[in-house]
Amino acid sequence: MKKIEREVLIIGGGSAGMAAAAEIAEKGHSVVIVERESTMGGILNQCIHNGFGLHRFKEELTGPEYAERYVNIINELPIDQYTGMTVTEIDDQKDFKLVYAFSSHEGMVEFKVKAVVLAMGCRERNRGNIGTPGSRPSGVFTAGLAQRLVNIDGLIPGKKCVIVGSGDIGLIMARRLSWVGADVQAVVEIQPYPAGLTRNIVQCLNDFNIPLHLSHIVSKIYGKDRVEGVDITPLIDGIEAPVQTFHIDCDTLLLSVGLVPDNEVSKKAGVIISNQTSGPAVDGNLMTNVEGIFACGNVLHVHDLVDFVTEESIRCGSYVNSYLEGKTKGSQYSVMAGANVRYITPNKFTSDSDNKFYLRSMIVKNQAELVVSLDGREIIRKKQKHVQPSEMISCEIKADLLKSTGLNEKSRLEIGLKS
Amino acid sequence: MPETYDVTVIGAGVTGAAIARKLSSYKLKTVVVEKECDVSFGVSKANSGIIHGGFHHDFSALKSRLEIRGNILFDQLKEELHFPFKRCGIVVAAFSSDEMRTVEKLYENGIQNGAVGIELCNHDRMLYLEPKLNKDVVGGLFAPGGGIVEPYRLVFSLMESAKKNGVELLTKFKVKSGTLKNDLYTIEAEDGRNIQSRWVINAAGLYCDEISCIFGAEEYTINVRKGEEFLLDKNATAYTSRVVFPVPSKDSKGMLVIPTVEGTTMVGPTATIIDNKEDYSTTKENFKKIFSSARRLVPVVSERDITTSFTGMRPTLEGDDFYIEMSKKKDRFIQVAGIQSPGLTASPAIAEYVKDIMKRNGLELIEKPDYDPNIDKVPRFRNSSKEEIDKLIEENPAYGEIICRCENITEAEIIASIREGHDSLDGIKFYTRARMGRCQGGFCTYKIMKIVCRETGCSMNDITKRGGESWIVNKKIGDFTTGSKS
Repeated sequence: MKKIEREVLIIGGGSAGMAAAAEIAEKGHSVVIVERESTMGGILNQCIHNGFGLHRFKEELTGPEYAERYVNIINELPIDQYTGMTVTEIDDQKDFKLVYAFSSHEGMVEFKVKAVVLAMGCRERNRGNIGTPGSRPSGVFTAGLAQRLVNIDGLIPGKKCVIVGSGDIGLIMARRLSWVGADVQAVVEIQPYPAGLTRNIVQCLNDFNIPLHLSHIVSKIYGKDRVEGVDITPLIDGIEAPVQTFHIDCDTLLLSVGLVPDNEVSKKAGVIISNQTSGPAVDGNLMTNVEGIFACGNVLHVHDLVDFVTEESIRCGSYVNSYLEGKTKGSQYSVMAGANVRYITPNKFTSDSDNKFYLRSMIVKNQAELVVSLDGREIIRKKQKHVQPSEMISCEIKADLLKSTGLNEKSRLEIGLKS
Repeated sequence: MPETYDVTVIGAGVTGAAIARKLSSYKLKTVVVEKECDVSFGVSKANSGIIHGGFHHDFSALKSRLEIRGNILFDQLKEELHFPFKRCGIVVAAFSSDEMRTVEKLYENGIQNGAVGIELCNHDRMLYLEPKLNKDVVGGLFAPGGGIVEPYRLVFSLMESAKKNGVELLTKFKVKSGTLKNDLYTIEAEDGRNIQSRWVINAAGLYCDEISCIFGAEEYTINVRKGEEFLLDKNATAYTSRVVFPVPSKDSKGMLVIPTVEGTTMVGPTATIIDNKEDYSTTKENFKKIFSSARRLVPVVSERDITTSFTGMRPTLEGDDFYIEMSKKKDRFIQVAGIQSPGLTASPAIAEYVKDIMKRNGLELIEKPDYDPNIDKVPRFRNSSKEEIDKLIEENPAYGEIICRCENITEAEIIASIREGHDSLDGIKFYTRARMGRCQGGFCTYKIMKIVCRETGCSMNDITKRGGESWIVNKKIGDFTTGSKS
């Protein structure tokens, strides 16, 4: 077994892992990225559509182009990169961590590091997770798998498609499949509002005359060997109205029904997972309950734009630097989701520095207000032109504002949305 | 001239495979014909995988005697065939004094049948044996000899062993006709293939009645009792240490909570008589039924943990017993029908029983001196220690290439599956567990497809989920006229 010693190990070489690694290496700390695929870039590599980088690079890039920018950045820095290598275990030894990984060319490797950054991204929810009844034929794909087949391998999963869920990947795939000549019959969304970004509804559905059925579900799948059709049932006040069920013949069903942070390795290491985000519960330094294990990107919570992943991961890198230098910000106080907020992360804050939070709304609303209160006292009230569950909201709170308020160990920050 | 065999086994489910393996120890030319593209793809693949404890049926039933005998044979089978098997024990939980009376009857069955170690338990002992049980449990039954297996792995191993000892396997061989002339059966498949055989064993599961009819043997009807099941994630807190049964009803053993050998939790099955043998659909109503029933036994069962659901079919006959006899209408035609629960448990005993019937009816059985009951053990990454993995990779770098990240399945294991003839996506799934975890193939399907192409020389279009029309992709970019819907 090979043994390697570094200061930091990053699990995952996607947008999160690369950004965190760059930030850490720039401060002169030794860092290694372990990536299970054969190339860096993660899921960006199959996202060949544009719309990436508007915030980070102030220009519109495709996924592979965005990835390439960061691959170039990390290649310029003294960062060890292991591809085709999978991490199976993090053994927390308090002062240091032993991380076990293996690959076909290195065999088993034991990394001894001071800090670990979790940056494994997320996976797609699938048919079992949404419990779609019916038969179990071939032809039911998660949208990301279909995207991979089309964009990387040049293969078309089917000719007549129905897409379940109006998440961004589903919308992008509706357009992509139309472009390669498949017939996209409909997009079916259980919620009364779209799950994806507004710009994707316009550019991927409206421009191609693909009907979007809001408040509808696929209630049954037909087909013995291959999908032959689906039943679609409207929901009226959230309840299925079977009388109004209609049928669509199709040979392919794509599922774009949400993403889940992929935290199997984290759980084994004793990291506590938040029920709200399905990612690790972290403090204001993006550190998990296990000292020295940090998390950023989609493994922490599912982002809608890669630019935000990068922003969060750069911050994560800087928190890791502070940790290595023994300058980690002090007392952490609790943070709670307030009214109409599905989740908020991080779950702790500090008064020693500025804090940045990401949250998701439970409501669709124009002219909403974001209200931050500390121990029941309102400290910020901010207009939000429009809120909806699919668009992440960010919120910054300056240290001064928190410092002046007399914090105690029971202090609690609450961020809510008022309609 | 068509190939001539001593024995033809129709159906490569657990029954057919067990019989074929038994016969492979004798000097006989045996073939197994299977209508699907791989073995275990019928009734057996959706079996709950329980090695029953010998108390559900009373001694008068044939299936009861074969269940007890089959159960005992499993330890040796595992030694020889390396399929996942664990004697975790079975508990039956009673929630009222009425239910307790039924449990007492089960206990008597068990004692009469000779079930080893069976005992009645009070409330405390039930919770000691299975701490996740509903605290309202009144008492129950414990059968320490009960256990769990991976059903398809059992069938794959049985067939691999049979093949190793000379049995031939013909897949995608759907029997169309069977005629007896000059002491030889001529069996024709729908695709025109022909074989000849002196003996025929009808182990066709759901289709035993149709096969019997095709050969002009007895007329009977297989009633299909459908069961839906749900599989929960490996991390589910519902994972128990024993198989947990409710008190059975007249029609079925009830919906249970099963800790599978591979660490997932299974809940179900339902039991509904259906007309259409191919109705493998699941329903919302049964979903609710299964979860409320499972939560009554183990309250921490959660819908949040579902990774997938599936449907199994039980081939049943009137009277509900196994029907294993020489045909009275056709010579050397053996009926092995109605093999519902506890068929999997009984299968090794059924094989012996069938062999004995053949011997009694004149088949000469000469043991093969070179019969080898053992098959090679394919090392599994997930069951290996760090040091073992390091060594495996050194010997075969394909062990360092993780393909299925949820179940930690390496390229080496997938290649082993393909080389053993399991090359459809479901075949590979059953052999390796790749695509069986929480992402259900979202990440690894395309990687597996590429390995299949490389290993077999087929194209992406040729790959299916489970044979027939279950293709995965059938077009490349540029194959359609684009711009038709702009």
